[in-house]
Amino acid sequence: MEPLSLNFSKEDSETLLVHFAGNWKRGNRPPDAREIEKKLEMWPKVKRIVFKSENLTGWDSMLLTFLIRVRALASSNNIILQEDDLPEGVQRLLTLASTVPERKGKKKETTLIPIIERLGDSAVVFWKSLLDMTDFIGETAVALMRLVTGKARFRQSDLLLIIQQCGAQALPIVSLISILVGLILAFIGAIQLKIFGAQIYVASLVGIGMVRALAAIMTGVIMAGRTGASFAAQLGTMQVNEEIDALKTLGISPMEFLVLPRMLALFLMMPLLSLYADLMGILGGLIVGVSMLDLNVMEYFTKTQESVHMSDFWVGLFSAAVFGVLVALAGCLRGMQSGRSASAVGEATTSAVVTSIVSIVVAMAVITVVCHVLNI
Amino acid sequence: MEKSVPHIVVQNLTVAYDSIVILHDLTFTVNRGDIFIIMGASGGGKSTVLRSMIGLLRPAKGDILYDGMSFWSAEQEAQKEIMRKFGVLYQSGALWSSLTLAENVALPIQQYTDLSPKQIGEIVSLKLSLVGLSGFEDFYPSEISGGMKKRAGLARAMALDPEILFFDEPSAGLDPVSAHLLDELIIELRNSLGATVVVVTHELASIFAIGNNSVFLDADTKTMIAAGDPKKLLAESKNVKVINFLTRGEGDEKKAGGTKE
Repeated sequence: MEPLSLNFSKEDSETLLVHFAGNWKRGNRPPDAREIEKKLEMWPKVKRIVFKSENLTGWDSMLLTFLIRVRALASSNNIILQEDDLPEGVQRLLTLASTVPERKGKKKETTLIPIIERLGDSAVVFWKSLLDMTDFIGETAVALMRLVTGKARFRQSDLLLIIQQCGAQALPIVSLISILVGLILAFIGAIQLKIFGAQIYVASLVGIGMVRALAAIMTGVIMAGRTGASFAAQLGTMQVNEEIDALKTLGISPMEFLVLPRMLALFLMMPLLSLYADLMGILGGLIVGVSMLDLNVMEYFTKTQESVHMSDFWVGLFSAAVFGVLVALAGCLRGMQSGRSASAVGEATTSAVVTSIVSIVVAMAVITVVCHVLNI
Repeated sequence: MEKSVPHIVVQNLTVAYDSIVILHDLTFTVNRGDIFIIMGASGGGKSTVLRSMIGLLRPAKGDILYDGMSFWSAEQEAQKEIMRKFGVLYQSGALWSSLTLAENVALPIQQYTDLSPKQIGEIVSLKLSLVGLSGFEDFYPSEISGGMKKRAGLARAMALDPEILFFDEPSAGLDPVSAHLLDELIIELRNSLGATVVVVTHELASIFAIGNNSVFLDADTKTMIAAGDPKKLLAESKNVKVINFLTRGEGDEKKAGGTKE
């Protein structure tokens, strides 16, 4: 590419001639506008800058940005610019760029916010999000009351479809994860228990572990990533497309029409999926027991049956139902709170998954302590 | 000449998002049967005013009266009752994407009437045929064009034979012919249904073709700076901003008299 050049000469003591030559296009490195500043410092009497472009062979936005910088410099030094010799296109674009003045007060300024202020802002945001969450839970409770009294309005076909999506269609992933969790649990247990010749207790370990807690937790985590995220994305997209506004203006409660069927579906499906995950986890343990510990199938099942009590099942099923409600609430809450842009939907989805998983772990801790206190 | 009956009265309305005031002190009246235009430059808060008028955004100050009844100081049930008089066509159409066009139009009817599925089906077919979408009953929103989505949205907005139709940028994203057809449809619906129509738009062709009353919102002063018949505003307004807007910036500033605000 032909190089560019910038030269200076003086017409008289008050006039600086700036000569543009060569190819002023991207690809060539532009000179620094401070070169002109230096010349002005050298010749303080200059009151007028005249641009000369007889040897200019090409130009694009690079020349324009350079000229705009010179314009700003001239303006701050009260120097008159003479641009008649510049190519007509350049002159027109410069005029166009300066036609609409900058809207005052609209420019975003980046200022360094003190750490105390940032902490305060975060606390306010956290408090607001707690209030929003409480508000949402309250609205969900009202919608549930309306459901109980037969006043809630939603499409049954929607409920059935969501049940299918978060129930039957989740079976493959729940199967895979549960078998693997059972397998891992048995594998870790087997190594330790073999030292004491107590391999048979692998069945107890896997059985109680899966039925009481792990099946529900793992199913909850799977549903948080799969269904909770999907709820947030669906509702977030509906916000973007004004579909939720359309429901509101028709007097249809989005809580009843959108949130209720999703919560009901997960509340109903999570215990069933958790039960299924129990079986798959035990199957995973059985694979390790039979293949590594020389246990036979009947022996394994008998030991599992002996170890796992009905109370373990109930605790697992109760936990699963609670997790179902939490995942649905988190997904729907974040979706309904979503902003009206593609990135906001992405943030809502991420936030739904994080909120779901955190609430599952917290809820599990609470359930475990309560069960311990109640001796269940 | 028929006497004008106020249908919607906007009183000292100030709309804001948190502490950011978008527009303040708006006062105007929409008469029954009007095609009322809310106009102004992009980003001037037109749609925000509309959101407040249709019950989606509580104003920071002021109120809106429908047939003399206050909307924002009413109980929730009374608000719902007022909102049942509305039909809203959103900028994007806002069709529920998981439902077919027929289901979209049928949903409000199912929610508010005890009609049989057959009767609802007949009304749905009628509404879709009114907007030229007969035969598209089983299509999903993702399967039709932008213009068709707008028309389907209009069919849904008309589902409950509303007294007031709100349109948010109806011509946005439409080619000139489709936009013209939609304008004609709006006039036809007003004439045949006797509905009051409120349109948010900055499309000059639409403003002059359909509007008989209007308010001009200014982003700089954050309030209304003119109101009245758009054609009269063009002929008589002395405000530079209004004239510039109504003439696509080609207005004679001398004619406007230079009252720049």
